[in-house]
Amino acid sequence: MAKLEPAFLVAEFSEPEPMLEAAKRLREEGWRVELHTPFPVKGMKEALGFHDRVVPHAFLIGGIAGALSGFFIQAYANWAFPLDDGGRPLIAMPAFMLIIFELMVLGSVLTGLATMFVRNRLPRLHHPLFDAPRFHLASDDRFFVSLLLEGHSESEGRAQLGRMGAVSVSRVGGELPE
Amino acid sequence: MSEKPLTSRYQRITGEVVSIPPDFPAPLAWWIMFGVSMLFVGLLIVSIAMVFIYGVGIWGNNIPVGWGFPIANYIWWIAIGHAGTLISAMLLLMNENWRNSLNRFAEAMTLFAVTCGGLYPIVHLGRPWYFYWMVPYPSTMGVWPQFRSPLTWDFFAVLTYLLVSLCFWYIGIVPDLAAARDRAKKRRWQVFFGIFALGWRGSGRHWLRWRQAYWITAAIAVPLVVSVHSEISMLFAAGPIPGWQSTVFPPYFVMGAAFSGFAVVTMLAVMVRSLLKLKDLVTERHLDMLGRMVLATGLMTAFGYVTEVWTGAYAGSYELDTVLDRFAGPYAWSFWGAVFFNFVPLQLLWFRKIRVAPVPAFLIGLGIAVGMWMERYMLLVSTLYRDWLESSVHLFHATFWDWSLYLGFIGFFLAAFLLFVRFLPVISQFEIKEAIEEKASGEA
Repeated sequence: MAKLEPAFLVAEFSEPEPMLEAAKRLREEGWRVELHTPFPVKGMKEALGFHDRVVPHAFLIGGIAGALSGFFIQAYANWAFPLDDGGRPLIAMPAFMLIIFELMVLGSVLTGLATMFVRNRLPRLHHPLFDAPRFHLASDDRFFVSLLLEGHSESEGRAQLGRMGAVSVSRVGGELPE
Repeated sequence: MSEKPLTSRYQRITGEVVSIPPDFPAPLAWWIMFGVSMLFVGLLIVSIAMVFIYGVGIWGNNIPVGWGFPIANYIWWIAIGHAGTLISAMLLLMNENWRNSLNRFAEAMTLFAVTCGGLYPIVHLGRPWYFYWMVPYPSTMGVWPQFRSPLTWDFFAVLTYLLVSLCFWYIGIVPDLAAARDRAKKRRWQVFFGIFALGWRGSGRHWLRWRQAYWITAAIAVPLVVSVHSEISMLFAAGPIPGWQSTVFPPYFVMGAAFSGFAVVTMLAVMVRSLLKLKDLVTERHLDMLGRMVLATGLMTAFGYVTEVWTGAYAGSYELDTVLDRFAGPYAWSFWGAVFFNFVPLQLLWFRKIRVAPVPAFLIGLGIAVGMWMERYMLLVSTLYRDWLESSVHLFHATFWDWSLYLGFIGFFLAAFLLFVRFLPVISQFEIKEAIEEKASGEA
């Protein structure tokens, strides 16, 4: 049997500050909070309590792996098929550095960006939140807070959001996936 | 607090940018330009087919000028591409908000220019179907590329640069594609933008991770540009040939690349601004700043010319011979042409009035593109055509097929750019909004 999709409360704010404030308060009260904004708003990090350093580390690890593979590809090729170039050393570090650098960059960027997408669970073309009536404005000029309803009462959430200045609140999800 | 007018401004900015593809403001002008570009794309296809059928003998290339147009043009294209990365990445790291109106199409320019550039050496191979021999793969022949050769470095540098530029451009455009998807009325636009927006929903945690990734990529992209163009200069300078000094060339090439690229960005900015009627997003200030960048990098390039001549004079003998030959030899037109087109109209950019005037800015940019092409031609041909043995002297003359391939690639570049302008958000609207918000909260 297909699982029900999670249900969310989606609240619209017309300004970023009350949205951040609401997110912070609700998160402290134990809700699972997410923001949806047209651009990265200053203060998001604090409001969401975001401490994820996986993406920068992925860039670092990818870079190291890329650089090492750059070196070993060249070293191995020169051992396997020695091309004597005017008696110069086979493992010629100055000549190898450029490819090592390029593969470091490539490894770093591809690993970092792939990690970013995986951690963000993207691509995911449909999400229950897109059913919220005015959610398309999240990429335009409105600021949204979404709350995961699991284990919380909907009416309490609505009341809280209303008190914190939400312009509108709606409930989405909780149905079978299409 | 002045929040109310702010949000209405956001709405207007979104509308201005993302409504361009579904509701294109200048369809007729677009079709005319696109049609002309496609004619040149046709010429490109014919020219490449001719090379594949008859071989590189249809070009002016000879021995000793084995490189001729393809490599000179290859460098010209890649160099143009670099400015897109520099504008986008360097100015992002420096928190220069004026980049936000320019970075998207400058990066698109990078992609198309690098594509044109990257195809040149492959077409030039003579047996292009063996181009994958540059890849170090375990082949049954048991041979590997010569990793101590700049030609192999080149393959890695350009491939990395193309992929990194593509990634950087794409993750930058995803949030704007989402905005375009959310605004689109017609089904086909919703599907088109929806697929490429990857389901972006402006989620806070997504933004934070996105920002980490975007900034680190930018920070890596800047040294990458320097490495790529230094490496390209090594194609020339790693060999002991008079006229190609390995100490001068890398910085000289990187500066020249930025210079020619900023000139082309200026031309494209003028075009985008008037074609799409975006005069309040690409403002006089942007033209002004671009003009300053062109002027600054141009003066640095001029310094490179002086250093190069000085180094030749200081070294004497063969080096000096080459310098004097550039001054007064058979290719003196390319040397003096480069000096003239690069540095004489450039001096007009000292005046703000000229920098902010679209037509003069465009013409100066065009002059620089021509001048920098002459520079590459001069550096390549005047060095190669004449060795110090009578048997190794052979003048180079471009043929029709040299020119047709070059014009074809220009047409391809324009056609690709026009398609980009027609179908994708040309301006990073979310970054403009972010900058406005930050400015407002800074004042409040």
